[in-house]
Amino acid sequence: MSRYGLAWPRYWICFQTIFVKEILRFARIWIQTILPSVITTTLYFVIFGRLIGDRIGSMGGLPYLDFIVPGLVLMGVITNAYSNVVSSFYSSKFSRYIEELLVSPAPNWVILAGYVAGGVARGLVVGIAVMVVAACFTEISIHSYSVTLLVFILTAVLFALGGFINAIFANSFDDISIVPTFVLTPLTYLGGVFYSIELLPEFWQGVSLANPVLYMVNAFRYGLNGVSDIPIGIAFGIISLFILVLAAFSLVLLRRGVGIKH
Amino acid sequence: MSVNPMHALEVEQLTKTYQGGFRALKGIDLTVAEGDFFALLGPNGAGKSTFIGILASLVNKTAGRVRVFGDDLDREPERVKSAIGLVPQEFNFNLFLPVEEVVLNQAGYYGIARREAKVRARRYLKQLDLWDRRDSEMRKLSGGMKRRLMIARALVHEPRLLILDEPTAGVDIEIRRSMWAFLRELNAGGTTIILTTHYLEEAESLCRNIAIINEGEVAESTSIVRLLDRLHTETFVLNLKGRVSELPQLGGFVLQHLDDCTLEVEMSREHTINGLFQALSRNGIEVISLRNKQNRLERLFLDMVDRGTQVAAPRPNSLTVPQPMISREDLA
Ligand SMILES: Nc1ncnc2c1ncn2[C@@H]1O[C@H](COP(=O)(O)OP(=O)(O)OP(=O)(O)O)[C@@H](O)[C@H]1O
Ligand SMILES: [Mg+2]
Repeated sequence: MSRYGLAWPRYWICFQTIFVKEILRFARIWIQTILPSVITTTLYFVIFGRLIGDRIGSMGGLPYLDFIVPGLVLMGVITNAYSNVVSSFYSSKFSRYIEELLVSPAPNWVILAGYVAGGVARGLVVGIAVMVVAACFTEISIHSYSVTLLVFILTAVLFALGGFINAIFANSFDDISIVPTFVLTPLTYLGGVFYSIELLPEFWQGVSLANPVLYMVNAFRYGLNGVSDIPIGIAFGIISLFILVLAAFSLVLLRRGVGIKH
Repeated sequence: MSVNPMHALEVEQLTKTYQGGFRALKGIDLTVAEGDFFALLGPNGAGKSTFIGILASLVNKTAGRVRVFGDDLDREPERVKSAIGLVPQEFNFNLFLPVEEVVLNQAGYYGIARREAKVRARRYLKQLDLWDRRDSEMRKLSGGMKRRLMIARALVHEPRLLILDEPTAGVDIEIRRSMWAFLRELNAGGTTIILTTHYLEEAESLCRNIAIINEGEVAESTSIVRLLDRLHTETFVLNLKGRVSELPQLGGFVLQHLDDCTLEVEMSREHTINGLFQALSRNGIEVISLRNKQNRLERLFLDMVDRGTQVAAPRPNSLTVPQPMISREDLA
């Protein structure tokens, strides 16, 4: 490897190229990529926070509007990190320009890192935009910056990986909307975005604990408000475990060329 | 076969069985010398693109071994990939990107720093006459422009081995000629080139060596000169001045009427065109113009592919005996 120049600078340039390409892609079509989440969450804040929220009173020790802010921000992060990678990677398969990467000496982990970083970037842009919207409705205070940022990033990484795996297996544009509709949306809605799991019967509380989104929402809520249904250490442990498993799986798929090589 | 650094490509017993069980390659052995200009010919579905796909890491091989400038594809994939530039058969672009960005991104994937990438993108886009279109979106380019862009993109990391899969398909004559000139120059500069084409004239005028693939096997691998040597007869079509109703008997030439003013002449290689014209003049036949009936390589190619075997030696003296229109079978 050293015989044709140091590998690391090349990997770094390659990563940057994919990352910047991904950012330019979603920035070019921001009306499709950034705006919808911002509009949806604004509606949530108006309807659930203002109109209905006042009747609900407090939830988990917080005013209802403040309670749903972390969940709505994370919902934006999750859907955007996911859909960025799934649509971008699937398009590159569909139009075959994934071949530009496959013929190049880019190692699989650099390809994966580049696409995931692109998804994380879009997740963060949307997450921050939603926070700004939230700030128009209520006062946002941040209890712990490090926890908030870490949850932000880990959540985005996890769902970007999910989007990547979805894209690898997808054979049509329909396939890239199945998982978001049938898996992602239920997971987020049942992940304690709108309610504290204390409200659930014991059995359903147990079931909820299998939902990774629950840990993220709670960790994020802790970061913002210092309140959580779940111990924060456990939340981080579980998110990290999910990330490791999905990343390893993605690398195995890439190595085998599943869905991208014949 | 030992590792020979002078070989740009060494392929041993390469096989590919696609999912579903179709055997596209059935044990290809092929060697391409460094600096060669090599043609890969074969009918549709012969396995050329599959072969190239394996070299370029787009297709997983089933078995066999590939070495590029001595590096094994399995053991040193990054070195092999860096040595190869691929111009694929089908367009594989992000149609929403501007032309220059396509080339810059490709350079980035190879780890070439942005500043250097810009210099190279400019150089190759200029050479391929696309610099003026550098800001156009891909989808606004014509087919011929896209083909040229694929060449620029494949060269940006300055590969030692350039592989082109039907680079001139759907390209007009003028651009085809300028592509040929470009490729010749590149080859003269030391780049080894492997190219597939269905235009045999292209292979004949560009390449030194040739392999003919048929049904996943190498039917023939030799130099073009040696291959053409096998052609023992040539057929010309003559346009005559005035009508000729009765054909004279000319020793060594087989004459055939196409119509009153057109003759087909088959001659063996011992005879010359001068001799033919003298003989025709003696018989009062004047020729306005002549052309080859068929590209010479084309004839050999068709024959090989039809039989799936090598061209057999021609029947001795078959051409001195007047006989009806010579069909392909009669060549054998
Ligand atoms: N992904 C695939 N799955 C199954 N069979 C395939 C696949 N790709 C190609 N084939 C088959 O393999 C054979 C060789 O195809 P290939 O594309 O290599 O031919 P080719 O020589 O490049 O032909 P052409 O001159 O038409 O481009 C064909 O019979 C084709 O149908
Ligand atoms: Mg082909």
